Amino acid sequence: MEMRQVYASCLAELMEKDRHVCVLDADLAKASGTRGLYERFPKQMFDCGVAEQDMASIAAGLSSYGFKPWIESFTPFASRRICDQIAISISYAKRNVKIVGTDPGISAELNGGTHMSMEDIGVLRSIPGVVIFEPVDAVQLRAAMPVLNEYDGPVYVRLFRKELPDVFEEGYQFDLFKADLLKEGRDLTIFVSGFQTKHVLDVVPELKEAGIDAEVINIHTIKPIDRESVIASARKTGAVLTVENHNVIGGLHSAVLEALAEEKIPAVAVGVPDRFGEVGKMPYLEKVLGMTKEDIVAAAKKAVSLK
Amino acid sequence: MSYNLKEVSKDIRCDILRCIGHLGVGHIGGCLSVAELLAVLYFEAMNIDPANPKMEGRDRFVCSKGHAGPAVYAALANRGYFDKKELLTLNQGGTNLPSHCDMNRTIGIDMTTGSLGQGFSCAVGVALGSKLEEDGATVYTLIGDGESQEGQIWEAAMFAAAKKLDNLIAFTDYNKFQIDDCVAKVNDIAPLAEKWAAFGWNVIEVEDGNDVEQVSEAVKHAKLGRGSEKPTMVILNTVKGCGVQWIVDLGAGNHNCKITEEQAEEAIRVIREEN
Repeated sequence: MEMRQVYASCLAELMEKDRHVCVLDADLAKASGTRGLYERFPKQMFDCGVAEQDMASIAAGLSSYGFKPWIESFTPFASRRICDQIAISISYAKRNVKIVGTDPGISAELNGGTHMSMEDIGVLRSIPGVVIFEPVDAVQLRAAMPVLNEYDGPVYVRLFRKELPDVFEEGYQFDLFKADLLKEGRDLTIFVSGFQTKHVLDVVPELKEAGIDAEVINIHTIKPIDRESVIASARKTGAVLTVENHNVIGGLHSAVLEALAEEKIPAVAVGVPDRFGEVGKMPYLEKVLGMTKEDIVAAAKKAVSLK
Repeated sequence: MSYNLKEVSKDIRCDILRCIGHLGVGHIGGCLSVAELLAVLYFEAMNIDPANPKMEGRDRFVCSKGHAGPAVYAALANRGYFDKKELLTLNQGGTNLPSHCDMNRTIGIDMTTGSLGQGFSCAVGVALGSKLEEDGATVYTLIGDGESQEGQIWEAAMFAAAKKLDNLIAFTDYNKFQIDDCVAKVNDIAPLAEKWAAFGWNVIEVEDGNDVEQVSEAVKHAKLGRGSEKPTMVILNTVKGCGVQWIVDLGAGNHNCKITEEQAEEAIRVIREEN
C-alpha cells in the first residue's frame, strides 16, 4: 500500500475517534491521499487553497481552540515556504500542530528541482520545539500516527508518498524518541533515515563479505535525536556512516555529528552533496547525487578505513 | 455594569505612556492610536470574565499587530486581569509583558503575535474553531495599516469570506503611518474599504477611530453582521500617537521612539486635564 494511503487511513481513524482532530490542505489533498476524506469528515477537513502560510497560522488558531490540526503539503512548501509561520504561529506559540511534508528529497522525481526539498530538515531543525520524524515504511508509520497525534506539540512528518518495502514487522513497538536498532554489528554503525533504510539493510551481506560487520540504526526521529543510542553505538563500533535523502548539511549527518562532537570517531556521509535537485526518476537521481547502494558500500568501507 | 468609556480610554492611554516611559522606549504611536478601540472591546463589547480568563465560549481578541502589546496590557490591567503595578515590568528581563503579545506569558492574551500577518490568520482559525464548537463566541482581531501590505492578510481575508465566518470582526488601525514613512508613500493600501468589500467582507468605516462613541457604535453595528454569512472589517481612521501632540508630530518617527519618564508624566498630566 502506498504510504499516503496508510497515512490517510490512519488520519481517518483518528478523526473518527476524536472530532477535534482535523486536517488542513493547501490544494494538495489529492497528492497527500486525503481528498477522499472530505465527504466523510466535512467538519474536520479544510482546504485553504494555494495559501500555505494562511493554512499554517489558521491551524495554530484552531489549536488554541482545542483542535488537533494536521497540515499537509509538499515538503518544500511545508517547510521553507512556511518557515516563519512554523516558527512563530506554531512553535513559539506552543501550538499543537502536525506538519506533514510529502515527497521528501529525490522522491519528488518529475516535479524536479523546485519541488525537491533537500533542506527541509535543516530549516526546521534550527527552530526550537519542532520534532522531526521520517517514517521508514508502512508498519512504522501506522504505529507512529496515534503517537504523533497524542504528542502535544509541533511535529514535522517527512512523508514518502509512494509504496515502500517493509522494514519492520507487525507488532513493532514504536517510541517517538528512541532510535531503532535493526541489526547489531561490531565494525561500523550506519545511521539511516527514510526509504534508504531498506537499501542499507540490502547491502549488509556485501559489507559482511568485505569483512565489515555493520550495525544498522534507523533514526526515525531526527530531532530530538536519540543521543544516547547514537553515542553508545558509535563508541562500540568506532566508525560511523550516515545515509539520508537530504543535503548532508543540516540533516541527519549534521544531527549525528552534533551528538558525536566530543567523540573522536570518523564519520562519512551519503546524501545530497549540497546541491539542488533536478528532474528525473529516483534511480537516475541516486546515481547523479552519489546515493546508490554502491555508494553506500564504498562510503562504509571508507568510514572503516579511517579508524 | 457600564463604564465611562472615554475615561477608560484615557486610563489606558496614560498607562501606555507610564509603562513605556518607565522603560524609555517603545512602540508608542501604534499603541496610543488604539486606546479607544481597546476600551470599547474590553469594557463594553466582549463577553469576558477577568476572574476566569480561560472561560469557555468567551469572546476572543487577537492583536495581530502584536507590537501594540503594551496597549493591550494596559487594557487588561485596567479590566482587572492583573495588577497595574505589573505594567512597569514591560520588556524587563523575565517579564510576563513582552513587546509583542504572548499567549503563554500573559493572562488574558488569546494568541501569540508579532510576525505581521500571521495573527490575522490565527484569528481566522480561532473563528473557525468557534463555529465548529457552536459556542456563539465573537472573535475580534486588530491589524495595522502597514501590516495590510502582508500577503498573508489577503490569504486569510479570502478564506474567512469563503468559509462565511460572520463571527469574526476585524479592525484596521488606519493611522496612515508605518516605520519608514506614510503608508501612502511606501506602498499604498488605498482604497481600503473597496478592497475588503471586494474580498467579500462587510465594511464599516469610522471617521474618527479615536472617538469612543463612534467606535462603540461601529462595534454594535458590526455585531449585527452575525447571520450575514460575511466577516466584518471596521476601518478605524485613527491618529498615530493620539493624545500626545509632540508624539503625533513625530509622524512615522513615533512607531518606536524614546520617551523619558518626565515626558510621560507631563503627557499624562495634559491628558488628565482634558475634558
